[in-house]
Amino acid sequence: MTAVTTDAVTTDTRRAGRWVYGSAVVLLCAWVIVPLYFLLINTLSAPETVNSFPKPFIPEFDLGSLTFFANFAGMLTALKNSILVAGLTMIMSIVIGAPAGYALSRFDFYGKELFRLLILLTRAFPLPLLALPLAVMFIQTGLDDTVFGLALVHTTLAIPFAVLITFALFSGIPLELEEAAWTLGCTRLTAFSKVVLPLILPGITASAIFAFVISWNEVFAAAVLTIENRTLTAFLLQNLDTSPLHLKFAGGFILVVPALIFIFAVRKYLFAMWGIANR
Amino acid sequence: MAQIEIKNVAKRFGSYQALHDINLTIQDQEFMVLLGASGCGKTTLLRIIAGLETATVGEVSIGGRRVDHLAPKDRGIAMVFQNYAVFPHLTVFENIGFGLRMKKLPNDEVKGRVERTAELMHIEQLLKRYSGELSGGQRQRVAVARALAMEPDVILMDEPLSNLDALLRMEMRAELKGVLAESNTTAIYVTHDQVEAMSMADRISVMHQGEIVQAASPIEVYRNPAAEFVAGFIGNPPMNFLPAAPAGEGKWSVAGQVMDGPSSGKPLKFAIRPEDMRPADEGLTATAKVVEPLGAHLLITCEVQGSMFRAVLDSDMSVKPGDQLTLAPQPDRMRWFDPDTTLAVA
Repeated sequence: MTAVTTDAVTTDTRRAGRWVYGSAVVLLCAWVIVPLYFLLINTLSAPETVNSFPKPFIPEFDLGSLTFFANFAGMLTALKNSILVAGLTMIMSIVIGAPAGYALSRFDFYGKELFRLLILLTRAFPLPLLALPLAVMFIQTGLDDTVFGLALVHTTLAIPFAVLITFALFSGIPLELEEAAWTLGCTRLTAFSKVVLPLILPGITASAIFAFVISWNEVFAAAVLTIENRTLTAFLLQNLDTSPLHLKFAGGFILVVPALIFIFAVRKYLFAMWGIANR
Repeated sequence: MAQIEIKNVAKRFGSYQALHDINLTIQDQEFMVLLGASGCGKTTLLRIIAGLETATVGEVSIGGRRVDHLAPKDRGIAMVFQNYAVFPHLTVFENIGFGLRMKKLPNDEVKGRVERTAELMHIEQLLKRYSGELSGGQRQRVAVARALAMEPDVILMDEPLSNLDALLRMEMRAELKGVLAESNTTAIYVTHDQVEAMSMADRISVMHQGEIVQAASPIEVYRNPAAEFVAGFIGNPPMNFLPAAPAGEGKWSVAGQVMDGPSSGKPLKFAIRPEDMRPADEGLTATAKVVEPLGAHLLITCEVQGSMFRAVLDSDMSVKPGDQLTLAPQPDRMRWFDPDTTLAVA
């Protein structure tokens, strides 16, 4: 008799527990997915539908909003600028960050710990604090309002991540593998290209993509340091109060999707950087 | 033809002296084992020969050619690493052929050599696999095959068997010895395992605190240790030591027994291997403390005048803890050491 009751109680508790667990999962997913879904619906609906109420729950697959977005004066230039700046940022942060990561993982040098700390410290200063002196300096050197100038600032933001991710990647490759290559006829350079590079290439790609996303999403420096050559984020921000609703939706969608896809693609390496087991 | 000559090699890491003035000549096709406890400098010496580490001072020559300023790839060596270092992004075939590809050998020659060495190491059925799909023993075979495929003058091995389990290690030991003997290369093999050293080496260099204490054949190292360290390091259980007081010209008093020994003016240490003790009517008086039957033998830990003393006796003997034994050392196996210099005295 008693045994049966206990059994019933545990089953009940377990069922309730599963309920709570399930609801939490659904809630968390909804937290992320619902806004994205609304963004999708409104992007893929005709401008009239977007501005009316109530809104549909299924997209109409009308490209009206996106066409309007593409034809909006300056929008495509801004999109091109965004891609250029992000591309440059990606290249520069890897070209500068990966050797730093390699040096940190392979060589012992004086001030190594301080160097690691300093890399992180670059993220400790809020960008608004740096923006004014930067703007003044850029105007003095003629870097203001250029794609390259902005890419420089974004590279500074992306480098700490590039260094830390590549540091973790290089450290994951035993020195013995390189030494074995040296004894088998490789120079330091060929050992790197034939052994180390193939092994870390996926990780390097991941950290490059991460740098791309950082630049792609950055708005403050872009808004302060450019006037004519605005990136997409800065351009949308500038036109926020004057642009119609469907333009905002389409712009938001265009901004979010690449970032989302890229981050999803490289999640394994970002987890590795933060020391979380993947999967 | 690759005789290796090491002259006055020393290595410092900051303020730590890892190697002191090493002088060693390794003959062509000799199998030399560097034996010592961890931290004795044996791996550092091997890495200096390989060119993975530079000596602070000294010269290294391979086949009569100074190599200390050459990169590892230009020294005519191949190396087997402790953790195998099999390239994970390449198949076993490409791993074994890696060095040959770097030499830009034609495809069919690479294929031929890879297949031959793979056969030699019994891994011909694994050629298409990746390192992640291999067991530790198989990876070890790939690492050795990769080194042999280079047909080097000198093959260097850094504790290659230490990551294998005991049974596999024994099997690989014999196999490796056979393969290397056939390959006609000079081999330097680093290990901390004295059984490995004894069973494989043509000559053993026993290293201690950055110095070579003795370089001799395994039997010589075992029978005639040049220093107290070697006597206490080689052999399981190691040699016994007892203080000896002078008792006239060439006579020594050891634990109350007078024995024949070398002539020397100051007190010495008497040393004897545990298996060189025989029960007798006259000899050292020992009190058994622990009796360990090992099948073929009895290992008896006893006390002789306050010092610990081990004896290996025939397992037919019936000895219990607390028994009084009278043990006589075999006269031709007795050794003597100078307590100040720790060196052997003849």
